[in-house]
Amino acid sequence: MPDNAPVCPVTEKHIRIALVGQPNVGKSMLINSISDARLHVGNFSGVTVEKSEVFFDYKEYHFTVVDLPGTYAFTDYSIEERVTHDFLCNEDYDLIVNVVDSTNLEKNLQLTAELMTMSKKMVLALNMTDEAQKEGIEIDAAYLSQLLGFPAVKVSAAAKTGIEALIETIIEVHEAPRQEAKLIFSEAVEEEVDAIARYLDTHHFKAAISNRNIAINLLQNEKKTYRTLHDLPLWTELQPMLIEADRHIRTHHDTDDIKEVFAEEYAAFVRGVVAETVRVNNPKAQKKSLTDRIDDVLIHPVLGIPIFLLLMWGLFQLTFEVGNIPMEWIDGFFGWLGDVVGNTISNDEIRSLVVDGIISGVGAVVLFTPNIIILFIGIALLESTGYMSRVAFLLDGIFHKFGLHGQSFIPLVTGFGCSIPAYMSARILKNDRDRLLTLFIIGFMSCGARLPVYVLFTGAFFSQSVAGNVLFAIYITGALLGLIAAKVLKLTAFKGVDEPFVMEMPKYRLPSLKLIWHTVLTKTLMYLKKAGTFIAGASMLVWFLSTYPHSDAIEQNYTVQMEKTSEAAGREQLAVERDAAQLEQSFLGRIGKAIEPAFEPIGLNWKLAVALQAGLAAKEVVVSTLGVLYAVGEGASETDKSLVNAIREHIPFASAVSFIVVIMIYLPCLAASVVFTREAGGIKYFIYLFLFTTVTAYALAFIAYRLTLLVTGAPAVLPT
Amino acid sequence: MDTVATMVNLTECTKGCRATVVKLNARGALKQRLVSFGVMKGAKLTLLGYAPAKKTVEIKVGRMRLALRKEEAEMIEVQPDA
Repeated sequence: MPDNAPVCPVTEKHIRIALVGQPNVGKSMLINSISDARLHVGNFSGVTVEKSEVFFDYKEYHFTVVDLPGTYAFTDYSIEERVTHDFLCNEDYDLIVNVVDSTNLEKNLQLTAELMTMSKKMVLALNMTDEAQKEGIEIDAAYLSQLLGFPAVKVSAAAKTGIEALIETIIEVHEAPRQEAKLIFSEAVEEEVDAIARYLDTHHFKAAISNRNIAINLLQNEKKTYRTLHDLPLWTELQPMLIEADRHIRTHHDTDDIKEVFAEEYAAFVRGVVAETVRVNNPKAQKKSLTDRIDDVLIHPVLGIPIFLLLMWGLFQLTFEVGNIPMEWIDGFFGWLGDVVGNTISNDEIRSLVVDGIISGVGAVVLFTPNIIILFIGIALLESTGYMSRVAFLLDGIFHKFGLHGQSFIPLVTGFGCSIPAYMSARILKNDRDRLLTLFIIGFMSCGARLPVYVLFTGAFFSQSVAGNVLFAIYITGALLGLIAAKVLKLTAFKGVDEPFVMEMPKYRLPSLKLIWHTVLTKTLMYLKKAGTFIAGASMLVWFLSTYPHSDAIEQNYTVQMEKTSEAAGREQLAVERDAAQLEQSFLGRIGKAIEPAFEPIGLNWKLAVALQAGLAAKEVVVSTLGVLYAVGEGASETDKSLVNAIREHIPFASAVSFIVVIMIYLPCLAASVVFTREAGGIKYFIYLFLFTTVTAYALAFIAYRLTLLVTGAPAVLPT
Repeated sequence: MDTVATMVNLTECTKGCRATVVKLNARGALKQRLVSFGVMKGAKLTLLGYAPAKKTVEIKVGRMRLALRKEEAEMIEVQPDA
């Protein structure tokens, strides 16, 4: 991009480009190279998979590039394919730029051939030209253009060559009238296409694109074309023609599947084109490629899994060790912000709403940003190098037994850190059902925020030397329950044929730093924006429920008592008791009291019930709520001796076990629930998750409670 | 090739074996997926290796590497090259 390119001139012309390509062809990298300096990325989301828009200017043109998800074929099998398919069929754009991997032209052109039936203006970007040259692959781009009927341009996103020529070609194609792509089928199909097109011509049918295009679509059973023609008078004559044509073509191909016929047709066309235009000079030189040699180690039948576990361990150490450093700063910042903002507001209630409600709530979400950034960098690295596919290959055997997919491993392990990035990383699962099942199981992997609760309770009931093992046992039990739950869900709610596991193992590539930075930045901003807005609202709600109604009688009563007390410690104690009393009669407390009967069978009283409810906002809040309810001080922590003692005194062991079981299984925190709902694709899934986790938690807590009573021989006493 | 080589399913091949696809016993989405990856009648495959316990298999079609679950690989009937 020349520096003197006008930013947004008055005379600008717009070109809207749909960027299409198979996965792993360097599409995103190409976008980065094209729009080098003035990159402006706006994300607009589909259900779960985003297509992103990039804007840039060149000469007097204003470009909008819509980066569509990578898709192997022009079908709607996975979400990616659906997003791309729907966009290309229904949305408005000027031309398609089809990016292909020059080192694997035969596979890539398969999609190109399908796109050619769209009869849109097209440009082929032969990406990775440099790599192809290194491998001795020579492509005659001029001849290729001639055969396809639209220009093919050699580019390299990595080496930044040919970019300018590509943009110039796009402008040329945009300005020139559209030409029919030269997609030629076998004789049998051509015959039928011709016949139908001629019939349409003689009946003066005016197609939006061309009658040939309509004919091809009809033969491919394209639903939309059918719907358009179905209501026309000529349909009565056309229909028998189509039935006859369909039979004719299928006999020729010796199959009963018209989709397969066309796949074979495209493949034959592509083979012909490749044979004419591609020369491989030293086919023997690549006896054992670098990828082969790396794969010998990384997917070794014995060493493969241990190496992977080691890498994951490293990533998690990084995420939660390094990530914790800036977390303290962020925590400090929001504390400071709360003080500063609080000082400017004179009205007590508004201040409480802003400081205790909004700022601390949003702060709790922002707090996890460092972990999320590190985790995203790690995942982007794993993905862009091509290692992720190997992991799925290695682990699918084990995970498939539990009804999960090999790639489920990444989100599940991430779940031990924080459910939010875990839900988001479940996107690597390309299939809807696999992804949904994984999303439902992630909560079983106890996240970092539940750790304080476990530490508090294990500390209260076990000696220092055993507590660590108990803690570990809680985590392992959670994970095992998760796998069992996966199996159960697979056999019930997600019943059906197993999704096939057919996956490309891309070549290993060095990741592009710029691309990773771009991916991580976009994802992080999205996290902050979406989770942040929801959280601000939800925090206000929780604040409201725990603050109102405010009892003046209690306030006065304690104020009088506090005035009578001379020493500071006594006053503090009274303040804590006052807060506890206020909380007890707040909406949250009243709800707790109202639902106490439901919690009695699993050995919990209203205080524990309220703590669980507060945990719906954030699991960290469970400990501080218990601190308030057991009136040992506002800033209660898991290491606080007085809280540990209070718990040991007031809560029978069996009730504690039951409480921990609920914490392990029930609904994740609000922020995570919001992300879950978005990733799963609708509020209905949240309701399922709520029912599933609640019923499971309740049932297992009941069993655990009764079993503990039975084993310890203790009477069923509610906590006090 | 004078002798008629026997048709086998892909998982009966050993590591390093080269074969030609004779028939796909898959249906619907799976078939489409395989075909879009270039696994179709007449395609030449190389078996690159198996994952632990032979649960997944890695093959090479053209210049692309592909991982398949055992169940899917069993649906691909091939004729090993002599």
